[in-house]
Amino acid sequence: MMTNINQDLYKRRKRRNAIGMGLSVAAMAVGMFFLLWILFVLLTKGISAIDWNMFTSSTPAPGSEGGGLANAIVGSLMMVVVSTFISTPIGVMAGIYLTEYGQNNRFASITRFVTDIMLSAPSIVIGLFIYAVLVAQVNHFSAWAGSIALALIAIPVVVRTTENMLRLVPGSLREAAYALGAPKWKVSLSVSLRAAQSGVMTGILLALARVSGETAPLLFTALNNQFFSMNMNAPMANLPVVIFQFAMSPYENWVDLAWGGALLITMTVLGLNIIARVMFRDRLKK
Amino acid sequence: MRGNRFLIQDYLFHKVSLFFALSVLLILCGVIASLFINAWPALQAFGPGFFVTIEWDIIGGQFGGLIAIFGTVISALIALLIAVPLSFGIAVFLTEKCPAHLKQPLGTAVELLAAVPSIIYGMFGLFIFAPIFADYIQPALAATLGQIPFLGILFSGAFNGIGVLCAGLILAVMILPFIASVMRDVFQVVPPVLKESAYGIGCTTWEVVTKIVLPYTQSGVIGGIMLGLGRALGETMAVTFVIGNAHKLSASLFSPGNSIASTLANEFGEAEPGLHYASLFALGLALFVITFIVLGLAKWMLVRMESRQGVKS
Repeated sequence: MMTNINQDLYKRRKRRNAIGMGLSVAAMAVGMFFLLWILFVLLTKGISAIDWNMFTSSTPAPGSEGGGLANAIVGSLMMVVVSTFISTPIGVMAGIYLTEYGQNNRFASITRFVTDIMLSAPSIVIGLFIYAVLVAQVNHFSAWAGSIALALIAIPVVVRTTENMLRLVPGSLREAAYALGAPKWKVSLSVSLRAAQSGVMTGILLALARVSGETAPLLFTALNNQFFSMNMNAPMANLPVVIFQFAMSPYENWVDLAWGGALLITMTVLGLNIIARVMFRDRLKK
Repeated sequence: MRGNRFLIQDYLFHKVSLFFALSVLLILCGVIASLFINAWPALQAFGPGFFVTIEWDIIGGQFGGLIAIFGTVISALIALLIAVPLSFGIAVFLTEKCPAHLKQPLGTAVELLAAVPSIIYGMFGLFIFAPIFADYIQPALAATLGQIPFLGILFSGAFNGIGVLCAGLILAVMILPFIASVMRDVFQVVPPVLKESAYGIGCTTWEVVTKIVLPYTQSGVIGGIMLGLGRALGETMAVTFVIGNAHKLSASLFSPGNSIASTLANEFGEAEPGLHYASLFALGLALFVITFIVLGLAKWMLVRMESRQGVKS
């Protein structure tokens, strides 16, 4: 009798385990399915739109044939680069403060908390903010406003990775430098930061990847520009907003260009992510 | 002499780095203050009732945020409902079941899914997913869940593809990797001794996961879910493409709706200074406050998890 009950219980537990594990494998399969599906769609729809023309001519006027994304590609590159130049020093310095001075201090822990929240804060609100304090004041949209909005999104990413990477620098390294009589700023910049260099670079690359695909903060700041422009003080075309407008448009060649742009932007973002991960994998693991 | 110079340099270095750390806080205060100041005319004109009023009449100058707030919350909840079990499954698979040589590539693949820009999810949703959704999934849902009394009304109406439910599904795919990677990370901090003892007395993997790992990582798991919720609430592009952008409140999840972020993306460009403009800022303020609270709770939960880990190990 006893063995029978145990057999039943044993079978039930085994069955439950099989179902649970089966579902977890299925969940993984669903996740991978969507990733592959999205990449497959992007490749099939995007490849046909990518040709030499896309990189050489600017966005077409409504109703006209052909055209490319040259102005949007250049605009995106410029704004992303400028935003990186703004966010890197701010983010790295804030990260240095948090590790070197903010071990047990209230202000630092509040900053850490706020940074973590800003990391996932709705990006469209950042766009509203920059619109209110910059665009509305000078009365015109500009690429500067777009770059600053992007920088605000990049800063928390840089702060967090810089702090995490600096934490990995062994204390003995700092102590050795102090013992030689080096002042704190020199220890922070030439010893800690240098030791964490590759990790900090990872953070900057990840921020770059994050910012390259952001659309919402650019809608009300950089706006868009149908023509080729490199004037940072005027509205500037950029890939995400062009993709948004073209994908929603009724013109077939516009939708095709949107797919081409979407493929380009995804490959860039995923490429940056993979580079950041592969190059600095060992550092991240420690 | 030299010591003195170093002291001054150190002092400056401290203050400069402090200033940059402070700038993060200043940005936050600036965001809240500027949203509030710009939203003030609307808050003054409509009072707190703004957030529970349905009407959104651009020509008549009557504004209320309920439809957008409702759409935001509902689409995010649908996303959670689907994404949480899936990401739990993925996290369990990656920590307990996955062959060692696949762990790294599959983990990276999940993180890559998180890195795909949200506008891509939007395009994918509008052009690829919505037609399939309208042709196959919506009729199936209407024929099954739609037949249940009372609940059925959620799954009634025309099969358009785009709508609140579709937005929720696309959001689910989007936040899936965020929740899954947080869960995986917190599952990994469970001391191996605990799990091994459970296996030692003959527990199955499923029992170890539900009775050892899950209770131990509870607050971390909830933190991860809240993080996903925060992302889903504030998402703009993925939602704007597929939610339908209609200022209507309807009981059916098939019908088009609007979220705060999609309203902002669609209307802010054309808004004239005045009540419309201020009302959009008020919506932005509401969105920021809601996500701030959700993300704050998420962070608090995750910190609790970390400090507990510190005590135990």
